[in-house]
Amino acid sequence: MHNATIKSLSAELAARKLSSVELAKHFIKRIKVLNTKYHCFITLDEEASLKQARAADRLRAAGSGQPLTGIPIAQKDIFCTRGWLTTCGSRMLSNFISPYDAHVVERLNAAGAVNIGKTNMDEFAMGSSSETSYYGPVRNPWDVSTVPGGSSGGSAAAVAARLAPGAIGTDTGGSIRQPAALTGICGLKPTYGVVSRYGMVAFASSLDQGGPMARTAEDLALMMNIMAGFDARDSTSLEREREDYTRELGKPIKGMKVGLPKEFFAKGAAPGVVKAVEAAVAEYRKLGCETVGVSLPNMELSVPVYYVLAPAEASSNLARYDGVRYGYRAPEYSDFTDMYKKTRAQGFGAEVKRRILIGTYVLSHGYYDAYYIQAQKVRRLIARDFAEAFKRCDVIMGPTSPTTAFKIGEKAGDPVQMYLSDIYTIAVNLAGLPGMSIPCGFDAKGLPVGLQIIGNYFAEARMLNVAHQYQRATDWHTRAPKGIEVN
Amino acid sequence: MKWETVIGIETHAQLSTKSKIFSGAATPFGAAPNTQACAVDIALPGVLPVANREAVAKAVRFGLAIGAKINRRSIFARKNYFYPDLPKGYQISQYETPIVQGGTLTIFVDGKEKAVRLTRAHLEEDAGKSLHEGFHDFTGIDLNRAGTPLLEIVSEPDMRSAQEAVAYAKALHAMVRWIDICDGNMQEGSFRCDANVSVRPEGLDKLGTRCEIKNLNSFRFLERAIEFEVRRQIEVLEDGGTIEQETRLYDADKDETRSMRTKEDAHDYRYFPDPDLLPLEVSEQWIDSIKSALSELPQAKRERYVKEYGLSQYDAAVLTQSREMAEFYDRLVGTLGGLYKLGASWVTGEFSAVLNRAGLEIHQSPISSDRLAGLLRRVADNTISRRSAGEVFDAMWNGTMEADAIIAARGLTQISDSGELERVCDAVIASNAKQAEDYRAGKDKAFNSLVGQVMKLTKGKANPQQVSEILKRKLAG
Repeated sequence: MHNATIKSLSAELAARKLSSVELAKHFIKRIKVLNTKYHCFITLDEEASLKQARAADRLRAAGSGQPLTGIPIAQKDIFCTRGWLTTCGSRMLSNFISPYDAHVVERLNAAGAVNIGKTNMDEFAMGSSSETSYYGPVRNPWDVSTVPGGSSGGSAAAVAARLAPGAIGTDTGGSIRQPAALTGICGLKPTYGVVSRYGMVAFASSLDQGGPMARTAEDLALMMNIMAGFDARDSTSLEREREDYTRELGKPIKGMKVGLPKEFFAKGAAPGVVKAVEAAVAEYRKLGCETVGVSLPNMELSVPVYYVLAPAEASSNLARYDGVRYGYRAPEYSDFTDMYKKTRAQGFGAEVKRRILIGTYVLSHGYYDAYYIQAQKVRRLIARDFAEAFKRCDVIMGPTSPTTAFKIGEKAGDPVQMYLSDIYTIAVNLAGLPGMSIPCGFDAKGLPVGLQIIGNYFAEARMLNVAHQYQRATDWHTRAPKGIEVN
Repeated sequence: MKWETVIGIETHAQLSTKSKIFSGAATPFGAAPNTQACAVDIALPGVLPVANREAVAKAVRFGLAIGAKINRRSIFARKNYFYPDLPKGYQISQYETPIVQGGTLTIFVDGKEKAVRLTRAHLEEDAGKSLHEGFHDFTGIDLNRAGTPLLEIVSEPDMRSAQEAVAYAKALHAMVRWIDICDGNMQEGSFRCDANVSVRPEGLDKLGTRCEIKNLNSFRFLERAIEFEVRRQIEVLEDGGTIEQETRLYDADKDETRSMRTKEDAHDYRYFPDPDLLPLEVSEQWIDSIKSALSELPQAKRERYVKEYGLSQYDAAVLTQSREMAEFYDRLVGTLGGLYKLGASWVTGEFSAVLNRAGLEIHQSPISSDRLAGLLRRVADNTISRRSAGEVFDAMWNGTMEADAIIAARGLTQISDSGELERVCDAVIASNAKQAEDYRAGKDKAFNSLVGQVMKLTKGKANPQQVSEILKRKLAG
């Protein structure tokens, strides 16, 4: 049951061969056993999940089921979920029970999906390894001594370990795609503005975007049909007609032009990664695609640009965590300035503090022009590079991450090395483009490698089919890590 | 040395919208603490701002009313600072690109007209309130006000005296009420002024160092604070000192300003464009529709009163001091079908005086424009004398009877029977031989006394002009 895709589970639910309650109980049982091993979830609420499952069964019985009705979905703990602890992986929100639902959560609820638990993550989504969580690191099911990537590492590991058939994540600089790559699953970061940010705890507002994580491209499409859509409460949400993200699935991709940026293959990527990605590209040629060389000359600036802009926005977005109205407050203080200082010193972890400091610095009087304004200019150049590239190709491909899963603690002491883990993903956020990662093989250590597919604005449906065609021809996405069986 | 005062004024006008500038919460004043603060206002994790269209429309209306440039594209920025009543840790405000730029406002001081230039007006949100009373060892936070829409209106340093500053503040106050964007309630903080004050030796172009004075919640405080501050700065300079740029607080009890913070401890607000809000775009069509819905503005009305109604500049200016007064006057002369000057002299005179004495607003007046028109008709057709008119007005103010009924009941109809008046005049001349003699000898003053006697005998019902004519004829004969 847990190896089945959302699509097949949905068919079984629709055929009444399976009930949502059975399905939920099955996953809850697995989570209870395996969460101690992988630490994917921060909060479980069996009763709340089963209540939703029972409601889903009633919907199915009444004949008003939708594709996601009764499907367990894990929610990254960055999404506000009414009545659930919503911690964002931080001590600062370790007592915050959200009084409202994020737009995405609302839509999943309306579709009858079952919230199976809130997943662990890097604190405030700041990290590429899910190690910075106040609740301790997530472990990669493929090798528990390695990280699952981050920041949506809990969601990725949960899907990889078959603790949920799908999960929702957020991606600011690669936080869906990189953990998807490192855990051998699929993840999509939509075009900026396609998924409402309302109720997603903000990290860097101009880059944050929610998206689906699952084991197949088809499942991502089913989830996108629910998650995407205009929301008047998010001013950056795009008012567009509703899309059916499954509409392209099955269309031939013969003659499609695949752009291969030379910067993605130049240097830096581990040999095992390069080998798997090149094999995937060869597979696409076999499927009738044409490959063309393209260039993203400013891509090398994406990491420095990102580490100016994202911390700048974060330093302001995180100012609300002051201990005054909700969340953690230091137990002892002498006056309100002292309360602020102690609350924030104790409530935030080291990586969050580092970024708040960087962000505060780059926005300061006298530095703003040199850092923030300059970074915005380069950001536009990076977007222009993609626009140029897309004149010559339909999709861009390359590695999602320069390495496979690294050891827990390996990069924790070296922020720059950690930041470079997102070197292939960050530019996509800066340009606001859609990007995804699908599994395309393993390195010599048996760790999964991700293939990144980048499309033009609003090309999600097409990209999903590009991934789907590959998954019809290969079986990497069906591979499961060892040690996930529960008796 | 002679000193020149230079004043610029920053005003926060609370826009009278139904909901807040970036959330759907209601805005009325005086609700129980924290009952009008929604998830967005208390800055829960994950919430986002959405700009209120009505607030933007009001800002545009203001810009149009003062002849300013409306920026078709303006930017909301974040002003970052920590304070317990600032839930997000930043205030959303327009910084580099405001929605309204330039414009002028006309003020009148000592009968002279002056145009004060405006620098800009921008949209921003208000913060909450810290409550220090009623909590032992604690500070309470009320976030009802958080997110209330404000228009910050900044003038150029064009005022040269406290008097001019007050005239500007009053003209601005009248304008925001005139165009219905702000209720102007200063006690409730809907209209707050800060004054930037500096002095310089007369004749010098270079501006002196300024101090910003805050907490001026009445026109009187504005005037007194500026007067105090000007004296203080001149004293410091004349003693050989220098003025330090600082923010000062006006203490109304002590009638003085005192230092609040100096430039050194000014915040670095780390402004940057708010990534949660797209640039604010206003289309030409929208601006046009706001423009066409705008009623006649004070300046235009003033000019029309002078040109078409033949009113004095002074009367026209007084009548257009508030929209309520102008509308009252317009209704009055509309009912009367003319009588512009008579109407103006009554509205600006008796009517305003009695309202002032009673501390009432025009809409609270017991005498409506229709009732007043009833009285003025009788003044115009000489049914009653000016003196009787005052009596009728008082009776109308204190009761519900209309002018005609009062005139009839009190027998105030003017004596227009010239035969009767002739007899009274003869009697007065006869019994005041000395005054009659004095007048004939060239003492004009004596004449007034004779008129007075006639008026007295007729209990004020005689037409003074007619009396004067008769007396003159008789004394000459």
